[in-house]
Amino acid sequence: MKLPRINTPKILIISCLIALFSITNLTNLRASSGSEGEEKKGGDTEFIMHHIADAHEWHLITIGHTHVTIPLPVIIYDYEYGFKMHMSSEFVDADHNPVEVDGYMLEHGELHSTHHAEFLDLSITKNVASLFLSVIILVFVFLAVAKGYKKGVSAPKGIQSFFEPIIVFIRDDIAKVNIGHKYERFMPYLLTLFFFILFNNLLGLTPGAANLSGNIAVTMTLALFTFFITNFNGGKAYWMHILWTPGVPLPIRPVILIVEVIGIFTKPISLTLRLFASITAGHIVVLSIVGLGFILQSLTVGIVGTLFSTVISLIEIVVALIQAYVFTLFSSMYIGQAVDDGHH
Amino acid sequence: MDLLIPDFGLLIFQVVAFTILLFVLGKFAWKPILSGLKEREQTIESALLSAEQAKNEMQALQADNQKLLAEARAERDALLKDAISAANAIKEEAREETSKITARMIEDAKAAIETEKKAALTDVKNQVAMLSLEITEKLLRKQLADQKGQRELIDSYVKDLNLN
Repeated sequence: MKLPRINTPKILIISCLIALFSITNLTNLRASSGSEGEEKKGGDTEFIMHHIADAHEWHLITIGHTHVTIPLPVIIYDYEYGFKMHMSSEFVDADHNPVEVDGYMLEHGELHSTHHAEFLDLSITKNVASLFLSVIILVFVFLAVAKGYKKGVSAPKGIQSFFEPIIVFIRDDIAKVNIGHKYERFMPYLLTLFFFILFNNLLGLTPGAANLSGNIAVTMTLALFTFFITNFNGGKAYWMHILWTPGVPLPIRPVILIVEVIGIFTKPISLTLRLFASITAGHIVVLSIVGLGFILQSLTVGIVGTLFSTVISLIEIVVALIQAYVFTLFSSMYIGQAVDDGHH
Repeated sequence: MDLLIPDFGLLIFQVVAFTILLFVLGKFAWKPILSGLKEREQTIESALLSAEQAKNEMQALQADNQKLLAEARAERDALLKDAISAANAIKEEAREETSKITARMIEDAKAAIETEKKAALTDVKNQVAMLSLEITEKLLRKQLADQKGQRELIDSYVKDLNLN
């Protein structure tokens, strides 16, 4: 009997990744629950929020009482004194207590001025660092993919053959279908959007990484890009449809006008919230299930919970793909409505 | 909820980074990728089309070939038939010629034989005549050696003459 083809090294790598992921979760949780002491419930929620929220330093792992942290630059624009830059490690002393630096304090992940000065926090936070990292990865990966097309017509190979079907899918099944013959102009935006979300969703699932695509500032920015592209490309038919919907009885037209105008703004809001909520919720679910074992102080629940969170993590990979797809799909649908010539 | 309030710093960085990403990837990745894909698709399509065309041409060519072959075969058959009949005619002619020649030769031979025979006969006759003359002479000479013999001869002649 012939065994089906099993790629042992790959399975090994995946298993190691899963194990690593579970262990990181566990150690982080143990550290935070240990340090919080008696107020366990509050501590656990805080631990989850700490994982989801942004931070001024990049906390990778806690082994015992040692925090492995990458210090990041804290950049402050003071309206009075201009730019100020310090490393995040300067804001804590040896015992991890916050200290004042240059008139600023970093407490509970919040930067505030000790003399109530007006300022802008432009720090390279964990999310910003992760953003730069993802941009570098994206540029690196897709320049490598693009290299395959510069040699004239040839069969795809290597990394090119992995991404080509996805690119073709976005072009044929998202852009062409929803935008129509004008799709080519929007392809760079849609491709960048899709891969930016996908890469950051997946990066967010790796142990110790930031939750960038689950951050509302990020999803809002992406939604605003779609919003501006949609409305700046809105044709006569699009605005006519919103302002004075044809084919509708006259008395109802003002009502529809109100609904449509609200609709212009609810579209980006729905885009913002959908991506933010699904990615953040996924993280919360994984962390909560891992946390169960510690809250109930049961080894069995801990083991089962860890295994279950692994399963949820796998589902999260699917969610990462789906959300990237959905955001791109809806963006192209909105753009498609905007550039439509009105030939129904 | 802190989570629902967008952070201004991150927002600015996101706008800047995404714009740069859009520009860089748009110019250096998506443009070559999309045009490369398009070019390849067109190449494949035209290749398929030309393959189809080649197939059709092949079929037409094959039909032509078949026709040509049939024509050639017919022509060959006709040629063969002609050749065979021509050969037969030549053979017939040759046979007739031969028989004519043979007949003539036989005739010639016959004539020659006849002439030879005649010549030989004449020769024989002459010889016989010569011989008989010689014999006669010798006989006469012997008989007419004495008077009696001569007389007897003259007598017999005379007898004969009288009879006539």
